[in-house]
Amino acid sequence: MEKGVISLAARRKREIHTAAIMFLLPVAVLMAIYIFYPIIDTFITSFYKWNGISADKSMVGFRNWAKLIADQNFWTAFKNNIVVMVLSICIQIPIGLALATLIDFGGKRMTIFKVLWFIPLLMSSVAIGFLFTYALATNGGIFSAISQLFGRGNIDLLGNPNTALFTVIGVIAWQFTPFYMVYCMAAYSNISTDVYEAAIIDGANKGQYFRKIAFPLLTPSLKSAAILSMVGSLKYFDLVYVMTNGGPGTSTELMATYMYKQSFVKFNMGYGSAVAGGMFILITVVSLLTMKLLNRDRGRE
Amino acid sequence: MNAITLRSRVCRIVAVIFGIFWTVISLLPFLFMGLNSFKEKFEMMTKGVFALPDGFYLENYKAVFQGNFFRFFFNSVVVLAVSLLILLFIAACASYPLSRFKFKLASPIYALIVACMSIPIHITLIPVFKMSKNMGIYDSIWALIGPYIATAIPISVFILTSFMREIPKEIEEAAQIDGCSRYATFFRVMLPLSKPGLATLAIYNGVNMWNEFSFAYTLTQSSANRTLPLAVWEFQGQYSMNMPMIMSVLTLTVIPMILLFIFAQDKLVKGMTAGAVKG
Repeated sequence: MEKGVISLAARRKREIHTAAIMFLLPVAVLMAIYIFYPIIDTFITSFYKWNGISADKSMVGFRNWAKLIADQNFWTAFKNNIVVMVLSICIQIPIGLALATLIDFGGKRMTIFKVLWFIPLLMSSVAIGFLFTYALATNGGIFSAISQLFGRGNIDLLGNPNTALFTVIGVIAWQFTPFYMVYCMAAYSNISTDVYEAAIIDGANKGQYFRKIAFPLLTPSLKSAAILSMVGSLKYFDLVYVMTNGGPGTSTELMATYMYKQSFVKFNMGYGSAVAGGMFILITVVSLLTMKLLNRDRGRE
Repeated sequence: MNAITLRSRVCRIVAVIFGIFWTVISLLPFLFMGLNSFKEKFEMMTKGVFALPDGFYLENYKAVFQGNFFRFFFNSVVVLAVSLLILLFIAACASYPLSRFKFKLASPIYALIVACMSIPIHITLIPVFKMSKNMGIYDSIWALIGPYIATAIPISVFILTSFMREIPKEIEEAAQIDGCSRYATFFRVMLPLSKPGLATLAIYNGVNMWNEFSFAYTLTQSSANRTLPLAVWEFQGQYSMNMPMIMSVLTLTVIPMILLFIFAQDKLVKGMTAGAVKG
């Protein structure tokens, strides 16, 4: 009898295992082929010198990695990524929060603005890149047109190494602020109306309600928004590649654009792999650090 | 008392100004795009970019349609449909055991899949490029489907697993008591009940795939095999000095999204921010 029970439990367990394997198999296979194997392969390729086409592939040991560590351009790209990351968080999330607050406080009559403010998010990064290449062009761009209205000359925002990166960051903010707006709206809708009513009955005005009640309640959401923005900015590629291709010089170079150019424009696949590997390591380290910081906060609560 | 009303009035005015300011910023580039797409090349140069077009000049649009535009559009639709169908099915398959079965490896596997969300796709670019060449699918839309599905798996499994956890256990147990096997339970109970989650995922991943650039740019080469985000490239090459032409291509690539937005606003907004569920 005892034995029968055990074997029944064991059979059930085995049956669960078989079913789990069957269900997980397709996902496992695809991720193995297109994610895990490529990561390993990139690190392997980073030890070779290879142009991506010929069979001529020679082992160079750590030379690509030594080159990467000494490569001023890569570190400039990393620094640009950090600037994009910090400014994206500092611009997009506060404006997103402000817009969401206007919509939340404004009630029904703000519906039309909710729609209008969302529209930039509908466009693909590539299309935005092209649109703004023309919209910010020295000849016939929006800013040049405005400047001429005041009788001044043309303005060259993307061609000037001092302004290019900030212009790109501005365009990124234009694209993604609606995302954080919707994100904050969702966070607002999680605050129960009872809380709002109670605060108003107690005599709080809207400003006080925002500062003393809504903002503290929104803080956890804002933190995860910051993480999303952070991970996104470190991987950023399309828009910059289309708009400036990293230039002028290296002023808007990002890790991803640098990797792409090394691998698929100059066909230094070995070195390109090292850049990709470096990017992977840096992003993983930064993400792990933030997760850790966040978990520590959670522990304190 | 007076000071307070004054302050709230000032706040209100600042809020209104800010709202108007942001509306202008959001819409000005679209105005720029739309207006100029109806202009003739020289008309734009002589009259300035913000002048109203002389009339509805449709030659730009005509030229775009006579070019490869529909080919790009068709490619995008095929890639999207195939990738999305496979993705939703296998993501649902994976989420079922991860949300419901009790086995030791469930949480490590889940953690591993979810951790892949922060992996930059650029680290997979060179090997995937090599693989597509070796498999002989380089420069065809079929090269895109594998990477599109694989890169969308982590977020999809993450969202669907949390969705399936919310489905009451009793329904599933009832099905099993009625004699459903695990597989039948999945197909007859869990899959239909997950429809809202699948819809959200379809929108989220659909928008991303529709706009995807890096893989499409790397894995295809000839314009007959490229997707819509790369259409501009083709026209850029042909008409680089003809800005109104580029603007009409851009307008046409945004229109499907705007239509979707008009018809399914709430669903689209919810779907596009699905990646933002607190993690």
